[in-house]
Amino acid sequence: MTDMRQLYQEVILDHNRKPRNFGSILGANRHAEGHNPLCGDHIKLSMNLLDDRIETIAFEGEGCAICKASASMMTGAVKGKSVRDAETLVEEFRGMATGTFDPDNQNSHLGRLKIFAGVKDLPSRVKCAILPWHTLHAALHAGCSVSTEGEADPAPGTTIGE
Amino acid sequence: MSVEEINGARTPIDQIMLEKIRADFPILGLQVSGKPLVYLDNAASSHMPQAVIDRIVRYQTQEHSNIHRAVHYLSELATREFEEARVKVQHFLKAKESREIIFTRGTTEAINLVMHGYGRSFIGKGDEIILSGLEHHANIVPWQMLAQEKGAVLRVIPMNDAGELLIDEFEALFNSKTKFLALSHVSNALGTINPVKQMVAYAHKHGVPVLLDGAQAAPHQPLDMQDLDCDFYAFSGHKMCGPTGIGVLYGKAQLLEKMQPYQGGGDMILSVTFEKTTYNVIPAKFEAGTPPIMAAIALGAAIDYLNGIGLAGIELYEKELLDYATMRVSALPGVRIIGTAKKKAAVLSFEIKGVHPHDVGTILNSDGIAIRTGHHCAQPVMQRFHVPATARASFAFYNTKQEIDKLIDGIRKVQEMFS
Repeated sequence: MTDMRQLYQEVILDHNRKPRNFGSILGANRHAEGHNPLCGDHIKLSMNLLDDRIETIAFEGEGCAICKASASMMTGAVKGKSVRDAETLVEEFRGMATGTFDPDNQNSHLGRLKIFAGVKDLPSRVKCAILPWHTLHAALHAGCSVSTEGEADPAPGTTIGE
Repeated sequence: MSVEEINGARTPIDQIMLEKIRADFPILGLQVSGKPLVYLDNAASSHMPQAVIDRIVRYQTQEHSNIHRAVHYLSELATREFEEARVKVQHFLKAKESREIIFTRGTTEAINLVMHGYGRSFIGKGDEIILSGLEHHANIVPWQMLAQEKGAVLRVIPMNDAGELLIDEFEALFNSKTKFLALSHVSNALGTINPVKQMVAYAHKHGVPVLLDGAQAAPHQPLDMQDLDCDFYAFSGHKMCGPTGIGVLYGKAQLLEKMQPYQGGGDMILSVTFEKTTYNVIPAKFEAGTPPIMAAIALGAAIDYLNGIGLAGIELYEKELLDYATMRVSALPGVRIIGTAKKKAAVLSFEIKGVHPHDVGTILNSDGIAIRTGHHCAQPVMQRFHVPATARASFAFYNTKQEIDKLIDGIRKVQEMFS
């Protein structure tokens, strides 16, 4: 991709400037954190699951435009959805970003999220786009900490020093 | 020509010379994203001139064999070329003897060698190791591992907002427990040139040996181990027009002699029985196994190439590039330069207000401009300046002011997109 405007479209830049559902939910019943140590991208997700449905969802954290816009649009896309439908989106988004799922496929549920399709041509940025979705997946599964660094969850590290 | 004359070549790099230099580097003719490559990531790794590439081809096609072993023609030839490369490094550093030059895999391995070979024998419980807040992870983590193993303590030299080490605070860190100083000559994240000669002299007043991490200094200025008087100096080949997989540890002979080997194996022994092994003399004691022969010889060729241009001329020209880039970037509203030390090498770290460095890097790449974005393996530096990451342009003597103009245009484009 040589024209950066294919990726950095106005929609993405706007979500980066004014992220939707930004903040945290008091009394949320699900939390997860995700980070990419290499870039410093860091996302905290909180949500309320009620009868297997995402009632409310919010995120906060720091990251590049791709990561922030992806998180912002993700929260909008999954709010009100069942866990199952949200998981379908996680899978399709991941597939699109890594080039294994065609977002224009007739069975695709990605809709406006298709604007992130361009990251598949930027291997070093794929993990930025996917981080919020990994974090969502973790939150849906009782919550934990995830990283998309190297596209694989690293083994627990050994801490040196304090 | 004496070494003095070679390293001190006063020839300034002018337009005509610059064009000749650029023609020596085939990769500079590359197109990236349909645009001519503008390579401003030299602090991460520099490029190789044709002379070094040719040297590699000649070695592999006409000279290769294992060294220090057989009596046949190729083995003797490869051994001679390998040892000649060691002498080239000796002259490059103005070391007293070639046996003070140890070939390693890179700066990181050189520092680890000192940590294992010196640190584990001479640093113990409660002892203190001084580092600076500017260090690359390669000069932090090995010492942290040693401190954990031995129960030693790390003390850190703080810096001011310009990224300069606070010399009064440095001096105040010394006490009877201080056993080692590990310090970068030039900071990779900010470009600060530390006053290492003065700092080495102070450490020596307290009887403390000093290791200098020269990875960012060796490609950019003449070096003189006799003048610096440091005990160890480490650098990498691939940041100075050589290949990856080769680096150098310089150490004063009397220190290297009393150190323990770092790795055991072939070449580092005089005799082996199952009861007892007698280690070889330096430098072989620290070069277990078959070394990167081709890479060492190519590093020798890279040194020849740099000497042909002259390190003093390189230093002057890169200063001109840095001053020009600093002037142009400072004039841009919404851009902050991180690292504003009075003495800097060819590194310009910056952040664009409201734009994450990774977005900056991706957008510049679409115009063929290669910079580094991230924490530069110096997370403590990022923490000190309260940024998760920076964008870093780093220059080599083959860069031009026109390329800096393209960087400025690229930064403006980023700002326009994010406005």
